[in-house]
Amino acid sequence: MKKTFKGIYLLLIMLFLYLPIFTLMVLSFNGGKTMNAWVGFSLEWYEEMFNNRQIMEALWNTVTIAFWAATIATVVGVMACIGINFMKERHRSLLMGINNIPLLNADIVTGISLMLAFLLFGISLNYGTVLFAHITFCIPYVILSVMPKLKQLENHTYEAALDLGASPIYAFFKVVMPDIMPGIISGFLLSFTMSVDDFVITHFTRGAGINTLSTLIYSQVRVGIRPTLYALSTLIFVAVFVVLVIVNIIGNKKEERKDL
Amino acid sequence: MTKRFFSGPFLIFILCGTLIPLGVIAFYGITDRSGSFTFDNITAIATPEHREALFLALALAFISTVICLIIAFPLGLILKDSKLGKKGFMVFVFILPMWMNFLLRTMAWQVLLERNGIINQVLGFIGLPSLDIINTPAAVVLGMVYDYLPFMILPIYNALIKIDKHVIEAAYDLGASGIQVFRKVIVPLSVPGIVSGVTMVFVPSLTTFAVSNMLGGGKVNLIGNIIEQEFTASSNWNLGAGLSLVMMIFIVISMALIEKFDRNGEGNIL
Repeated sequence: MKKTFKGIYLLLIMLFLYLPIFTLMVLSFNGGKTMNAWVGFSLEWYEEMFNNRQIMEALWNTVTIAFWAATIATVVGVMACIGINFMKERHRSLLMGINNIPLLNADIVTGISLMLAFLLFGISLNYGTVLFAHITFCIPYVILSVMPKLKQLENHTYEAALDLGASPIYAFFKVVMPDIMPGIISGFLLSFTMSVDDFVITHFTRGAGINTLSTLIYSQVRVGIRPTLYALSTLIFVAVFVVLVIVNIIGNKKEERKDL
Repeated sequence: MTKRFFSGPFLIFILCGTLIPLGVIAFYGITDRSGSFTFDNITAIATPEHREALFLALALAFISTVICLIIAFPLGLILKDSKLGKKGFMVFVFILPMWMNFLLRTMAWQVLLERNGIINQVLGFIGLPSLDIINTPAAVVLGMVYDYLPFMILPIYNALIKIDKHVIEAAYDLGASGIQVFRKVIVPLSVPGIVSGVTMVFVPSLTTFAVSNMLGGGKVNLIGNIIEQEFTASSNWNLGAGLSLVMMIFIVISMALIEKFDRNGEGNIL
């Protein structure tokens, strides 16, 4: 009895979470202009989506911004962790506190403050300002992923490598880096997804010329929802699903190996 | 110790990306268009239009947070105990929507809730009265709950699985009833997760303008909408900045709460 109740509860929430998404997926294959009645199976909205230059440009911008933001944030973040580790406790906790500001601050305040700062210093809003904003809010995620791994690390192994004649750089890449790699990877992935998902900060820092998927969707929805957006939803959902399944499988394999 | 200088680029980003912009927004908030000092932009929150928007945002964010908590806590408990196949997979199922663009998820509800939308077609088909909640606060709450629920589930689940099952068994052995175990052991030990989840739902709900715009159809004006309009439509940046400063007070409060309850970052999403 208790078990059925639990099962029903899980099922209800699952339906709540997935029915809206699946509705869009079904509608994306619906032919004809009417959105509310089923006309017949068709791929015309997918064709229209792939031929739509605005959508393809926004897709390109989204992916390239996410890639560069995540890459730069990862490099800056890992370097920051190493530096912070050598600081005095007082400075360290101050920096970690400041590091939390973009995480806890509302996106709308972060976005507006960046926009006002750019404009005050005469920097016109474009691809570069969006990228800068994304790097700024991605760095904290990298630091939070890498810092715990660095703290777990035994400092002695690094020192031993130095004693045995390794240069500091060689010792870092051969001794420290492999141990903090899981943190670096999760920081990169987290940054990438946060960047892809961001709407509010991009909305304020993008200027007129450039769109990411989020800002494009927002502006299109306000004009009127077209089924091309259903096709886009389906595409994004499938992409997210595939990537996450792959990441999970790799993660599970690694854990199994650890168990052996 | 030159190794500290590895933090150089980070410090530059903190300075240029966080601290200077916060200084700039504060500067705009306490000056008027000509650049002279004034508190008008901050006290403007007291005008009826702005006050109502703030109270409505607080109310809707509060309701959404409570609903998310009520849904997520039992779910976390069930997932913690479940032996349904691979545990990791079940959790994955409930977290997955988090990675899907939230505007598309919100749009899905817009499609579903429309007057001639799918929900009303189904209701009409089985002879039930139609559901007319699009463009009302109820639709906005529904959208917030839908968008932010995974952000409540994850930290609560993370806190719950960290509870040592021996502690729970010990409580039972010492004669506690199921309800007592729940109240005295499980809930207190999951507080870090609850606090983290509450903040992660409350702050974005309080400050959103996209959800209220899409599901409220311009009829539900939250403080986020007012601020956004000051920067896009009416372009009174000083007023928008001033209202943002007021909103930040609520963010500072939630930061203080996190600091108090979640010192070890146990409920952290990472």
